[in-house]
Amino acid sequence: MSGYSVTEPSRGQKWIAGILVAGYALITILPLVWIIATGFKSSADSIAYPPKLLFQPTLEGYVNLFTTQTRQTTEYLNANPPQTWYERIVHDRGLVIAGPSRFGERFMNSVIIGFGSTFLSVFLGTLAAYAFSRFKVPLKDDLLFFVLSTRMMPPIAVAIPIFLMFRSLGLSDTHAGMILLYTAVNLSLAVWLLKGFIDEIPVEYEEAALIDGYTRFQAFYKVVLPQAATGIASTAIFCLIFAWNEYAFAVLLTSGTAQTAPPFIPTIIGVGGQDWPAVAAGATIFLLPVMVFTILLRKHLLRGITFGAVRK
Amino acid sequence: MAQIRIENLRKDFGSFTAVQSSSFTIEDGEFFMLLGPSGCGKTTTLRMMAGLELPTAGEIYIDGEEVSQKRARERDIAFVFQMFALYPHMTVGKNISYPLRSQGMPKAEVKRKVSEVARILGIEGILNSPVGGLSGGDRQRVALGRAIVREPKAFFMDEPLGALDAEFREHMAEELRALHDRMGATTVYVTHDQLEAMQMGDKIVVMNHGVVEQFGKPQDIYDWPATTFAAGFIGSPPMNLLPFDGSVAPGATDVAFGTSRLAVPESREPGKGALVLGVRPEHVRLDDTSDYRARVTAVEYLGTTQIVTLRVDHGEIKARIPSTTRVQEGESTGIALDARKLTLFDAESGRALRSAANEKVLFHG
Repeated sequence: MSGYSVTEPSRGQKWIAGILVAGYALITILPLVWIIATGFKSSADSIAYPPKLLFQPTLEGYVNLFTTQTRQTTEYLNANPPQTWYERIVHDRGLVIAGPSRFGERFMNSVIIGFGSTFLSVFLGTLAAYAFSRFKVPLKDDLLFFVLSTRMMPPIAVAIPIFLMFRSLGLSDTHAGMILLYTAVNLSLAVWLLKGFIDEIPVEYEEAALIDGYTRFQAFYKVVLPQAATGIASTAIFCLIFAWNEYAFAVLLTSGTAQTAPPFIPTIIGVGGQDWPAVAAGATIFLLPVMVFTILLRKHLLRGITFGAVRK
Repeated sequence: MAQIRIENLRKDFGSFTAVQSSSFTIEDGEFFMLLGPSGCGKTTTLRMMAGLELPTAGEIYIDGEEVSQKRARERDIAFVFQMFALYPHMTVGKNISYPLRSQGMPKAEVKRKVSEVARILGIEGILNSPVGGLSGGDRQRVALGRAIVREPKAFFMDEPLGALDAEFREHMAEELRALHDRMGATTVYVTHDQLEAMQMGDKIVVMNHGVVEQFGKPQDIYDWPATTFAAGFIGSPPMNLLPFDGSVAPGATDVAFGTSRLAVPESREPGKGALVLGVRPEHVRLDDTSDYRARVTAVEYLGTTQIVTLRVDHGEIKARIPSTTRVQEGESTGIALDARKLTLFDAESGRALRSAANEKVLFHG
């Protein structure tokens, strides 16, 4: 006879939970699957109605994403047979490749600005959190509240002042400007998250190191930092996700040189109308870095989400 | 190895005074206990000696050198924390060698010292293990290893046995004491456990509310407490303290105690008004012929001895007597106090009045 347990779910309950979780996962993952699939469709398949679940995959979208094409006459096309697989793809549609598109550049902007601001936020955030956690900082509580309060206003409310400020300072459409802006926004999150983690590290570790002959700074980076690695990793993920996905300020403050991928992707227009496979291909590539980063550090992320909730 | 001298040491945290003008001397090679209830300032005192807190006022001399404003790493001391504070991301061996590596000692030398220390502590087998999975005792040994490997001028220990199981604590206490005797290093040890202090210490400082109540050898403190606090804090059960009104003049050998006269050690200090008589439970005898009458209210059996609680005119007395004596709850009996072992205190200041018996061993902070 099977016993009844309060803590251990029964077989039936496990099944129900499993089905619910699987259903939810399906619903959330479906748009993602659709975007990835659309990236491999032809233009015609991407807008076919009813939508096609099965289709002939092609790299057309990816080629269109990374290149610009021009339409040419049949004589020209016949005189210049395609040399490579990607030239052949556009050749079939009566086009030749004119040069690389700006997507690579925009993607690199995202990488520079996203990772740059993440590094800066975590670096400054760790130092500030350590100071708040360990030292007698005058007006500590007020300062911490002030740090948090920078997050309370909706970003759009400060958009115009920031726009004007950036214009006068010459920061509009620069990498440095965007890195500074995202760092400023992320810093409050970084300070608060990391303070929670550093608070949990017993101060005796540093005191032991101080007595063992190390300076305060050596104790910080040899003893505290390795202990805070989990917190630093999860804070970095949060900061990167924000900076990577940020759209409103990127639209407002960047255009030619420092534009990131999010405002760029929707503007990809192929020859003859919106090129959905290319947009989907751009979205897919754009998703990858954060996905890989998050999967690599997912153990830390989970602890980051529940930080402070679990006491040893 | 060094003598440590504390002079008028004081520490304020805002308006709260954690330690007020303490002075005492720890002789070279002594095992010295800082004893007191939690919040008495003993840990703060130790942390000031180690350089983890800066004193508000006063001087600390280690080996004749004034160090009160020096950094911890410049004092050449080792500290053992209550929670051990082993570096969790390092192996046992790395933990022990960490202080040596900070001095830039050659690798071969480090290795030799670590294995020597591991041998002394019996932890050769776990040098390459991470510290995470170790038992409490092994963690304690690693923490000790990290302390002794440097051969510092002094060891400071903050309740190092507090985190261990009661049964293991005693074993570790013996190990610690043996280690001290073998190395002969000056050791300052903070504890709130009076048994631990009596068992291990060469000398004890009793602290309360930031004040040094008494310092001296365990036996002297036990026999001749300098204050009513020390009398009540040490001993289990503690010294019986019986308040009474009376007076004593220098040279007197007895006092009027209630209706009878009580023989006491020859007085060297006058006292008048509210006084307190202190007597250890083992110096109370049941004696039916005595005029001093009491009623038995409780009997606790402890194996070879028993603790008998007696109600008398001045309050309650606990007596420690052999278990072979038959005592019944509720019965009336006479009691006699050992005249050679009595202490009189001034009730207001709590200080012991000097007598021929205690005047040689009374040291206040």
